[in-house]
Amino acid sequence: MFLQQLINGITLGAVYGLIALGYTMVYGIILLINFAHGEIFMAGAFVGLMMVTVFKMNIFLALILAMAFCMVLGVVVERVAYRPLRNSSRLSALISAIGVSIFLSTLALLIFGANAQGYPAQTFPVSQIHIGPAEISTLQLLILGLSAVLMIGLELIVHKTKIGKAMRATSQDYQTAALMGINVNRVISFTFGLGSSLAAAGGVLVGLYFNAVSWNMGLMAGLKAFAAAVLGGIGSIPGAMLGGLFLGIFEIMGVAAGLSSYRDAIAFAILVLVLLIKPTGLMGRKIQKKV
Amino acid sequence: MLKVENISVNYGAINALKDVSCHIEEGEIVALIGANGAGKTTILNTISSLVQAASGRIVFNGCDITKMPPHDVVKMGISQVPEGRRVFPEMSVMENLELGAYARSDREGVREDMTSVFKRFPRLEERKKQYAKTLSGGEQQMLAMGRALMARPKLMLMDEPSMGLAPILVEEIFNIITEINQTGTTILLVEQNAHMALSIAHRAYVLETGEIVLHGDADELAANPEVRKAYLGE
Ligand SMILES: Nc1ncnc2c1ncn2[C@@H]1O[C@H](COP(=O)(O)OP(=O)(O)O)[C@@H](O)[C@H]1O
Ligand SMILES: [Mg+2]
Repeated sequence: MFLQQLINGITLGAVYGLIALGYTMVYGIILLINFAHGEIFMAGAFVGLMMVTVFKMNIFLALILAMAFCMVLGVVVERVAYRPLRNSSRLSALISAIGVSIFLSTLALLIFGANAQGYPAQTFPVSQIHIGPAEISTLQLLILGLSAVLMIGLELIVHKTKIGKAMRATSQDYQTAALMGINVNRVISFTFGLGSSLAAAGGVLVGLYFNAVSWNMGLMAGLKAFAAAVLGGIGSIPGAMLGGLFLGIFEIMGVAAGLSSYRDAIAFAILVLVLLIKPTGLMGRKIQKKV
Repeated sequence: MLKVENISVNYGAINALKDVSCHIEEGEIVALIGANGAGKTTILNTISSLVQAASGRIVFNGCDITKMPPHDVVKMGISQVPEGRRVFPEMSVMENLELGAYARSDREGVREDMTSVFKRFPRLEERKKQYAKTLSGGEQQMLAMGRALMARPKLMLMDEPSMGLAPILVEEIFNIITEINQTGTTILLVEQNAHMALSIAHRAYVLETGEIVLHGDADELAANPEVRKAYLGE
């Protein structure tokens, strides 16, 4: 059943990877651990769910709208909660991030209540496909396919477009980037928008996969994705994808090995180990000064 | 072309520039010399708006640029070759040069300038696919200069381009600076190597602990006994 666990692990890991990208991109540019990122993921999950349940939309359209909504949300959060603190200590920005995180989850609790909500049956037609002894569901295929598309899209943006080049330049040396005529603030907004929309996609996919969307889902997913980003080397985009996959696989393998009561602890054990043994992670690079 | 009027700059409690004024006319090479920590880099960064002046103003071609954000200062036609080169280490030579032209939209002109940068610095063309961090110090300096040229600047601010280079390279860099100037770019050159700077500059300012203490024609300053004693090692 190793193959089956691997399939399940990669599926979960792909989603961790999507969320981890937002942490890593923001950290790469302004050296901030955006603790509200998990709540952006949660917001995306709710927007997707509402589009399907309230507005009877197709799940793909719902996904796109959730991504668009969170793109704006991410930009607004940066503008309101982080930019005014850009020249303050890193601790102030971190505290502000925690504040945003509490605000967003409490807001969701107020609006949607404490109970988890699920998608209507047949939102996405699920069937099983057999591969040898294992099976993969159409939903897992959707998650894997979409994650791959989004990650490739991100790589293309970062490496082939002008704004992507500006992002890389800003993360390597923001002062010199400004000397090139790059509007560093705009690059930062763009980075938040991009990372947040990926988290939203992750939120919708997780909501579908576990058929549960709740006000507090951002906390654990956010922490795990953060662990994935650190595992991959915070600041590194391929690292975040790799870290997510590893983490998903470890978690599922751990559960399969009978550690299911420690399921959530696995991620943190890995986080602590990485921080102790190789703080730069699998693909980490040297760290620049903060913007 | 550029007028710096009575600027003062503080870093927290440190008063880095005190009431500094200077001016640069079109076509000139103006040298700014002074000991380590005198405030030379601070002047360049204030012109580029990376640092904000506490008082005073900076006027470029009649336009007040004191409070303009740095990316707009670049668009006005002022580019900087920063101290320590500051090439983007994890980007190719080509990408570094393209970033120099980031604010421009005339693709045709950018292509022409790329060709002329490669003509001026053939070493860069040979290494155009390499990461900038793999270049030698001299090559990185050429890349930083080429990158600034890609903005097609009216005024180029150069911060210690000879720092840490072998004497033969220093000579080459100064020749290139003269050439760049002769093709119509005005230059403000910060140097600790006062001897070389004064030999190619038209005029010069001497900065001491945040204040301009002397200014005049470069050859006049080079003959000045005080300057000779303090900066030319006599
Ligand atoms: N970012 C900074 N924070 C605090 N002090 C600074 C900073 N940058 C420069 N200084 C101080 O300002 C003074 C002038 O520095 P600088 O302009 O770099 O001099 P120079 O380029 O002539 O060597 C020095 O005393 C330096 O220590
Ligand atoms: Mg200096």
